[in-house]
Amino acid sequence: MRIIVAIKQVPERDAQVRIDAAGKWIEEAGLQWALNESDAYALEEALQLKEKHGGEVVVVSAGPERVGSTIREALAKGADRAIQIDCADLGDRDALGVAKLLAAAVRPENSDLVLTGLQSDDLGLGQTGVILAELLGLPHASLILHVEKTETGLTVKRELEEGWFQTIELPTPAVLTIQSGGNKPRYATPMGIKKAKTKEVRAATAAALAVDAAPTVVLERIALPSKQKSTQMLSGTAKEAAAALVEKLKFEARVL
Amino acid sequence: MSDIWVVLEERDGRISRISWEAVAAGQELSVLTGMVVSAAVVGTQAESIAGEVAGKKLGKVARVEHPLLATYTADGFTLALQQLFEAEKPDYVVFPHTYKVRDYAPALAARLGQALIGDVTAVDAGPVFTRQIMQGRLNGSYRHTGGGPCFVSVQAGAFRADTIETGAAEVVVFSPTINAAQIRTRPGERFRASTQTVDLGSAQRIVSVGRGIKDADSIPLVQELAAALGAELGASRPICDNGWLPLERQIGSSGQTVSPKLYLAVGISGAIQHLVGMKGSQCVAAINKDPGAPIFEVADYGIVGDLFEVLPALIEALKAAKG
Repeated sequence: MRIIVAIKQVPERDAQVRIDAAGKWIEEAGLQWALNESDAYALEEALQLKEKHGGEVVVVSAGPERVGSTIREALAKGADRAIQIDCADLGDRDALGVAKLLAAAVRPENSDLVLTGLQSDDLGLGQTGVILAELLGLPHASLILHVEKTETGLTVKRELEEGWFQTIELPTPAVLTIQSGGNKPRYATPMGIKKAKTKEVRAATAAALAVDAAPTVVLERIALPSKQKSTQMLSGTAKEAAAALVEKLKFEARVL
Repeated sequence: MSDIWVVLEERDGRISRISWEAVAAGQELSVLTGMVVSAAVVGTQAESIAGEVAGKKLGKVARVEHPLLATYTADGFTLALQQLFEAEKPDYVVFPHTYKVRDYAPALAARLGQALIGDVTAVDAGPVFTRQIMQGRLNGSYRHTGGGPCFVSVQAGAFRADTIETGAAEVVVFSPTINAAQIRTRPGERFRASTQTVDLGSAQRIVSVGRGIKDADSIPLVQELAAALGAELGASRPICDNGWLPLERQIGSSGQTVSPKLYLAVGISGAIQHLVGMKGSQCVAAINKDPGAPIFEVADYGIVGDLFEVLPALIEALKAAKG
């Protein structure tokens, strides 16, 4: 099987995000970057399928130059090669525009399967995989926890709402968006990290892929959310704050 | 001459609550734009749920019906609604943000050359649509600039279903052309992984633990706190993904929905997927090291601090309070 995994580089989960001077995006200077969480699960699912059935795993990612470090991380975990789409204006493109970039890069690979995480931890649009399927003319399934290869295609376990699941059969090639929790993403080994340095990373550009950047949806402004409740913040040392909380819960909220 | 369309979903044979909220969002959009709102229901036999919505202030209600729409598939729904909207040429299409909509609406929008603005929490003049970004830490204001219809899905609980205006809508039947070969996926029956032995839904007090706990070895500290409070133990998704607590203790959109008297969130940042599962709680207290964590937006009481210092102090204080 040739499996493509579309991955995204996002700010590290614990990063303190600040709004930039223009109010249109976050201040990126000084941020730490990481592989998007559900993409890590998609990569793991791909690596396990390859281990079982043979073939290769190709990661693709779009973004500015810094994306290279996340691509190397995926290669260190076991992906065979990568396509890096150099695109400094990724944030100006809408979900359709980003999917167009990925589709153009992925199409010539004639893969059996395209995996991507359910949604990104930064924008959280949760659309890239589904649009990618539409653009590639492939069937898709979303919120997938487990992938089984069958003689005719795939059987996948899909998560619904409130603890319900569903099994879906679909032919290959196909696109799946992977939900977190279905597997246990591996860490890169020192040997993996060493090997990754020599693996092929093919460079592509939006211009070479002939994808136009005009968005149909624009993120105009970002802001701090307004509070839904007036929160009483309890300060002081851990001991003082804890004592204050017990006091409030007992005598003010009366829930103890 | 209907310019705003709302796509409704049914649940147990009735229009779902979040679908009514989508109608409310459609009517808000109508006030801003002066456009007429219509509604679509999709299925094999949508007569009864179409009748349920026909008493609202709507231009018309379309029953989008075909035998191949009996079971939800992304291919079937995308084809059916593509045909409806190519015929109706709406300016806006509003969906409830459900797992089905997340599965097909981005493809439908792409087929018509557009991108969906998903999980919207507010509509303002422009129209400008608000949705959360950065795990709920920030809000983003989005505007549609494309030439085709503007596709929007609305977050559960963001719009008031009880504000919908009543009226009398004409019900029409729309029969899309779909052939069996166009449905490429074969969905199976729904199932639950295992019988639930923990019913968090009826718990009076819940201590819920999130990523801030850092490792499995520290879970007993939270168990001790729950015991001191006489509370059930809950968790956010990453804790169950890691196998530190069983799946049946997961609270949020993919787990249980709870509404205890007291919900104490420990090391939970409060992404929307978690908040939808606990925002009905009477009193919410949160302990988190990040003062910008969105959990504090829904909390009555908050402590910014290291949970490894606060929890032992809290356990001590609770024991002392009990005397």
